[in-house]
Amino acid sequence: MTSLAAILVRDIRVSVRVGGGALIGVLFFLIVVTLAPLALGPDLNLLKRIGPAILWLAALLASLLALDRLFAADHDDGSLDLILLGRAPLEIVVAVKGVAHWLTTGLPLVVAAPPIGLFLNLDAPAAAALVLTLLVGTPALTFMGLIGAALAVTLRRGGLLLAVLVLPLTVPVLIFGVAAANAAVAGPAPFGTPFTVLCALTLASLVIGPFAAAAALRQEME
Amino acid sequence: MAIADLANPTHFLKFANRAIPVLGGLASIAFAFGINQAINSPDDYQQGATVKIMYLHVPGAWLGMLGWGVMTVAALGTLVWRHPLADVAAKAAAPIGAAFTLMCLVTGSLWGRPMWGTYWVWDARLTSVLLLFLLYLGVIALWRTVEDPSRAARAAAVLTLVGAVDLPIIKFSVDWWNTLHQPASVFRMGGPTIDPALLVPLFVMTTAFTLAFFAFLLAAMRNEILRRRVRTLQLMQAGAVS
Repeated sequence: MTSLAAILVRDIRVSVRVGGGALIGVLFFLIVVTLAPLALGPDLNLLKRIGPAILWLAALLASLLALDRLFAADHDDGSLDLILLGRAPLEIVVAVKGVAHWLTTGLPLVVAAPPIGLFLNLDAPAAAALVLTLLVGTPALTFMGLIGAALAVTLRRGGLLLAVLVLPLTVPVLIFGVAAANAAVAGPAPFGTPFTVLCALTLASLVIGPFAAAAALRQEME
Repeated sequence: MAIADLANPTHFLKFANRAIPVLGGLASIAFAFGINQAINSPDDYQQGATVKIMYLHVPGAWLGMLGWGVMTVAALGTLVWRHPLADVAAKAAAPIGAAFTLMCLVTGSLWGRPMWGTYWVWDARLTSVLLLFLLYLGVIALWRTVEDPSRAARAAAVLTLVGAVDLPIIKFSVDWWNTLHQPASVFRMGGPTIDPALLVPLFVMTTAFTLAFFAFLLAAMRNEILRRRVRTLQLMQAGAVS
């Protein structure tokens, strides 16, 4: 248990210190959201309508950013070998690393979404719904991303490949996340249905992600 | 020769050398019948002659999914039994499955234009098949990125198993969501809803494409085995020279 806590604390500490790049994700998120009105035109009604979708898309892309270093950095400095040799089950360690990654890259996106949403003319109920869907949905992005991070661990140019591998797997999360956020704003459809599916996707990815990533790591590292 | 003997690559090559012409010949005969029947089959009372697109579209969809199914079984062979032939099968199946999925998407798009008035809609069936195509491309990219073949095989196997989640989604997408794509009309409870005059040519064409799929698969596996032998020989030669 203490080893898992140690890994959690270490990962958080590494990512917030110099060279960790935890907040670069939020910066990227802000920039993508800024680019959208420049491309689409500053029509506030249009932005209000598609704002949740833009924010979700930006969050999806931002959550990919730091992912390629998640295991690769540990591989480079040798700590991945120690983790593999350690007594803690690899699946749990991978899940803990996923939690640490989400706390440093996913959670800041959730916190930053309402103020950044002001650029897209989101009102308070829409922002609340967006925060709720991002809070539930971004762990799924991180945990599906674990699989890609594990697959790309020994590759020299894993980042681009990782995006190609992971993005198709995140499509359901994007669909139901945006559907729930939109239902709260525009709403003939109820908010509960897509939101429950989003919760289910997150729960499923919490299981599938660590197991598949641990399997990939074991295969790659022998 | 027992089935287990096929696990030996040399025996497999012998088997493939014999099976490929047989499968190819059977596929040619089936195509000869199928194309003839498809051309002479009656037009649909609503869709007219465009219904004939079905004879390419449905086999494409079926084999696109079968391709991932073959890869899934091979992925289990790779991860559980560490069998090199399973690696070869998974690698060989990916481009073939991708090609059939693309055929399904293109023919469906051309069929959609006159019938639905659009080349593409974002309904659940179309989106899930497009996802399958993207997953195929991701697996192929992974195969082409990792240099060591057995390591690439294990990485691709993990991705294949995760991607297999998409297969039931494709199959049941027309039942779970209200799609523009029609619901299942061949394999369904209560029998097919297609008239036998269209169903028989469809069945023959699907058989022909399936035979061709396995002929392609065996040929691609044979090429891959030979490619690996060449690679090994080159490595040995390079080692001997230096």
